[in-house]
Amino acid sequence: MNVTNYIKLEFPSKSVNEGYARSAIAAFAAQLDPTLEELGDIRTAVSEAVTNAIVHAYPDDIGTIWLKARILEGDKLEIVVKDKGRGIADLKQAMEPLFTTGGEDRSGMGFTIMESFTDHLKVRSAPGKGTTVTMVRRIRRRRG
Amino acid sequence: MKIAKQYDDGRLTIYLYGELDHHAARGTMKAISDMMDMELPKETVLDFGGLTFMDSSGIALLLKVSRIAKAQMGRVWVEHPNRQVMRVLAASGIERIVPIAQESGKE
Ligand SMILES: Nc1ncnc2c1ncn2[C@@H]1O[C@H](COP(=O)(O)OP(=O)(O)O)[C@@H](O)[C@H]1O
Ligand SMILES: [Mg+2]
Repeated sequence: MNVTNYIKLEFPSKSVNEGYARSAIAAFAAQLDPTLEELGDIRTAVSEAVTNAIVHAYPDDIGTIWLKARILEGDKLEIVVKDKGRGIADLKQAMEPLFTTGGEDRSGMGFTIMESFTDHLKVRSAPGKGTTVTMVRRIRRRRG
Repeated sequence: MKIAKQYDDGRLTIYLYGELDHHAARGTMKAISDMMDMELPKETVLDFGGLTFMDSSGIALLLKVSRIAKAQMGRVWVEHPNRQVMRVLAASGIERIVPIAQESGKE
């Protein structure tokens, strides 16, 4: 069987862990030999998803965030950010550019950035149960 | 996140160093608004040359800074964003509200 490489991380929803999540995904993605631009896009997309779990999923307490990543066939990196927080009632509205429930501390551009910085974005959410964000980014193979 | 400033003849230049994410945003915003309240500048330049990372938390910060500048009848713009920061600025369309003067060309 063709076992691909993967990581599974778990950490509390403290904002200091945003930087940790970015570093962890960058270190894991390095094996695909990404360009600086690809690496920047991956770090940004993960930062957005993890920040959402910290800010929106667990607004009044500290919950658990799961960050998983694996290498898929064809030099693709799949990233999953999962929380068991408050969930999203209207996903379509939440994913619209500029929509935010976070007031003036937030821009409402998180999902838009995740979408434009990855090749594939899927969000599953249930109110009261939590949210799972799955992103796939293909890393272009370079010669020599 | 580190921040420094220079004031000269109506122009306040604010230098940001490090990673501007949600974790850093609140403290950074407080420092910037304190500087603007103190100097009441005609022009505020946010020099992003030392910024190594920014996500959409930085976009919310720019919107707030532009609101303060407007209330003070001043102008604000961004200078020297690196490639990663420029991509976030471009994806958000913030350039229509806060102009970007020059890219730094740094990776
Ligand atoms: N993990 C999550 N749990 C609960 N709500 C979420 C989550 N992620 C996003 N949301 C909702 O979707 C909205 C839009 O998210 P986003 O595009 O990242 O913008 P922002 O974070 O700036 O509000 C948020 O304001 C919030 O209401
Ligand atoms: Mg967000």
